[in-house]
Amino acid sequence: MQWEIVIGLEIHAQLSTRSKIFSGASTAYGAQPNTQACGIDIALPGVLPVLNYSAVERAIKFGLAVGATINSPSIFARKNYFYPDLPKGYQISQFELPVVQGGHINIQVEDIEKTIRLTRAHLEEDAGKSLHEDFHGMSGIDLNRAGTPLLEIVSEPDMRSSAEAAAYAKALHTLVRWIGICDGNMQEGSFRCDANVSVRPHGTEKLGTRCEIKNLNSFRFLEKAIDFEARRQIEILEDGGNIRQETRLYDANRDETRTMRSKEEAHDYRYFPDPDLLPLNISKEWIEQVKAMLPELPEARHNRYIEDFGLSGYDANVLTATREIADYFENTVKQLPAQAKLCANWIMGEVSGRLNKENIEITHCPVSPAQLAELLARISDGTISGKSAKDVFDSMWQGEHGSSADAIIAAKGLKQISDDNEIEKLIDEVLAANPQQVADYRSGKEKAFNSLVGQVMKVTKGKANPAQVNTILKKKLLE
Amino acid sequence: MLNASLKQLAAQLLEKKISSVELTEVFLKHIKTLNPELNAFITINEEMSFAQAQVADKMIASGQTHPLTGIPVAQKDIFCAKGWLTTCGSKMLSNFISPYDATVIERFNQVGAVNIGKTNMDEFAMGSSNETSYYGPVKNPWDPLAVPGGSSGGSACAVAARMAPAATATDTGGSIRQPAALCGISGIKPTYGLVSRYGMIAFASSLDQGGPMAKSAEDLALLLNVMIGFDARDSTSLQREPEDYARDLDKPLEQLRIGLPKEYFAQGVSQDVANAVEAAIAEFRKLGATTVEISLPNTQLSIPVYYVLAPAEASSNLSRFDGVRYGYRASDYTDLEDMYKKTRAQGFGAEVKRRILIGTYVLSHGYYDAYYLQAQKLRRLIASDFTEAFKQCDVIMGPTSPAVAFNLGEKSGDPLQMYLSDIYTSAANLAGLPAMSIPVGLGDKNRPVGLHIVGNYFREAQMLNIAHQYQQVTDWHLRAPARLPEA
Repeated sequence: MQWEIVIGLEIHAQLSTRSKIFSGASTAYGAQPNTQACGIDIALPGVLPVLNYSAVERAIKFGLAVGATINSPSIFARKNYFYPDLPKGYQISQFELPVVQGGHINIQVEDIEKTIRLTRAHLEEDAGKSLHEDFHGMSGIDLNRAGTPLLEIVSEPDMRSSAEAAAYAKALHTLVRWIGICDGNMQEGSFRCDANVSVRPHGTEKLGTRCEIKNLNSFRFLEKAIDFEARRQIEILEDGGNIRQETRLYDANRDETRTMRSKEEAHDYRYFPDPDLLPLNISKEWIEQVKAMLPELPEARHNRYIEDFGLSGYDANVLTATREIADYFENTVKQLPAQAKLCANWIMGEVSGRLNKENIEITHCPVSPAQLAELLARISDGTISGKSAKDVFDSMWQGEHGSSADAIIAAKGLKQISDDNEIEKLIDEVLAANPQQVADYRSGKEKAFNSLVGQVMKVTKGKANPAQVNTILKKKLLE
Repeated sequence: MLNASLKQLAAQLLEKKISSVELTEVFLKHIKTLNPELNAFITINEEMSFAQAQVADKMIASGQTHPLTGIPVAQKDIFCAKGWLTTCGSKMLSNFISPYDATVIERFNQVGAVNIGKTNMDEFAMGSSNETSYYGPVKNPWDPLAVPGGSSGGSACAVAARMAPAATATDTGGSIRQPAALCGISGIKPTYGLVSRYGMIAFASSLDQGGPMAKSAEDLALLLNVMIGFDARDSTSLQREPEDYARDLDKPLEQLRIGLPKEYFAQGVSQDVANAVEAAIAEFRKLGATTVEISLPNTQLSIPVYYVLAPAEASSNLSRFDGVRYGYRASDYTDLEDMYKKTRAQGFGAEVKRRILIGTYVLSHGYYDAYYLQAQKLRRLIASDFTEAFKQCDVIMGPTSPAVAFNLGEKSGDPLQMYLSDIYTSAANLAGLPAMSIPVGLGDKNRPVGLHIVGNYFREAQMLNIAHQYQQVTDWHLRAPARLPEA
């Protein structure tokens, strides 16, 4: 039987506010345990939550970026359960009326475009962390993370393969960083995925029983966990068994998912509207203000790069992977509008390669877009060859001569010999010095041509314009 | 001195006839005499009270005075006060020294009032008799066999027995007004949202409201001037222009229309209470007020609605008391779950557990719609009863409690009977309306009777005016329990 995999994702994006969602404590990562937890975060008796409107603004930004409805009012609700790192014994979240409803994300897998619908996105607070090592049989609790704002983004079960799920997660990851609401740091837990996976016979409508896989903290693990889980479910069904609805945990070391808790063990969270917080009303004016702040979105830029600059879909994808790369590209191409492809190639090639190798963010690239454009201009006007441009780029990277391409070209004498007369003169000298090769060529040995080109380059230390050398040499040999 | 009004005390302090330290000493001495029997205070901390009195004396000396500077105020043990044991009447917090001040405490500190001690209360404010306190029941100063009412029984007792000139209290379903009535003093629960709930340990957040207790309406006005004010730390706090709640005290009552809900005078009220309330209403007619019969048809729903919503919120509000970060923790446990279970089994009393169970039940999957949601709908219905009624009248009057103080132990075995103590009071919490109780006579066994006055939203000044005018022509509010020794 042919099986269809059905996947929906729940993604928790930590919102990049300076302070927590309901208190004034800092959200900075990596502080000493419990030094960034105020009375509200540790839930002293009598304390009350006060909403951080910067978190709401980020939720609105997200809603607008995915074409969703911004609900007003939306309602904060309490999700009740006991756990030591949940100080109040409830998490403030949104249940019946989330701030963001609907919307969609477009993805591309193997050149096929697909729209993934969003169910909702809601604001909530993060819990603290339980530490089970180094406490001699006891557990430690670090409440620094308690109260950190999260946007939980829930998709419809619209994905049909792990590749689609990963493409969706990546698109969302790009988007939240692009609009500046989340730093996307997966190691620090700023962007966390849970996957709901079920399978059904191909061509059927009814959804199979799903399992939720928790805490997939990389795109690779997301794909692997879904693949494993789908295989597991298919095997059970093909053996005549039934899928139990449950929450499962992915173990990356063993590349498998295993039961965390069954449906019967699931909590009854007893959601109810939080009486300490008023319904969240968002005015049309506020939405308009946020809309005005929204940058051009990745999809729009992607399409513009194809239409305006004639780039391929692949190039446009790479260049819109982050807003920083896209900005770098645009600032470069602005100086050199006719050479978009050259700019794209260099940014995706030399620049990205060097940044990766040295682990530098593009915003800290030692070669600025204007400097890169200056270099590329010299390639396109024939001043230097592509090969020596790489040497110039290397010097610019090191900051030599103020990273000025022209200054480096002059200092290193890399300027190409592009003067026809001069090249002709040089070729004449080479032909005179190599009568044997000339004879070989003329007797039909094509190889001799390359040898002569090599001689010209050797004499000019590689500076002769290769195209011109070719043309003139051919002409001379035919004389 | 013990019977003096706040105005008289302020005048004496201002004229330097007495210092705040001396005044504090007078009340502390009286507390030492009476508290062993009455049990109105959980914590007395002379050192901290005197330190505050010294600050107040300096303020007075430098001319920075406020009507409450240097005046001792008893604080209900539900308000977190920095450096003070703050128990909320529970074993669960029997070791909790608050690291911060509630907004109410902060506001009293700013004007130089002196915290004279933390008063006893029903555990987590759940009770109508003060018998659920981990620190033992409070006695009614009018009759030690009787309960003082609850949950603010300690504060009511402290004021009635003249152990403090004034006290703070909180009211979720009648916890200011019912003990005020049973102890023969005045108390007001303002409109929901006027007094900050920050630092006031939550029972049922949508119903809880702080307010003052004192001997007279005039004193209440001065206390409200301190307690009320917008607080950015409480999202339900209302941002309004500050008012002087004493501004209308002396207005005549000629235009006043008093609504008398027929449901409040139906069966269920004891005769002595009905007589005293009717006599008080007759007094208001003499003062020029007119009365009109009104109807609050959903009155009988207020107790069931209250006992769904308040426990629902409480079950969640009390989840933080888990033994992990502060407060009581059981000593012998095998694992986390065992620690939770033993801590909460040992740390909470029976009434608190009952309400956590009720609240957990009504919020549970499959029951939420039938109980919680239904109760929310009825809550709106109850509120709209009042909206309709206030088209016909300015204030609503009736008995605060269906009977005078009952005996200790009389209802503690029957929670339903106990819950009915709040039959007249809880509707004001459900609607968020301001409501108060003033003493209007003595009923059976010479136990006090309270008159309940419910006003429209933000009409506290008007209600205080009405009560003050009554207190200008009667002396019920001046009577202290005769059996008490003078200090």
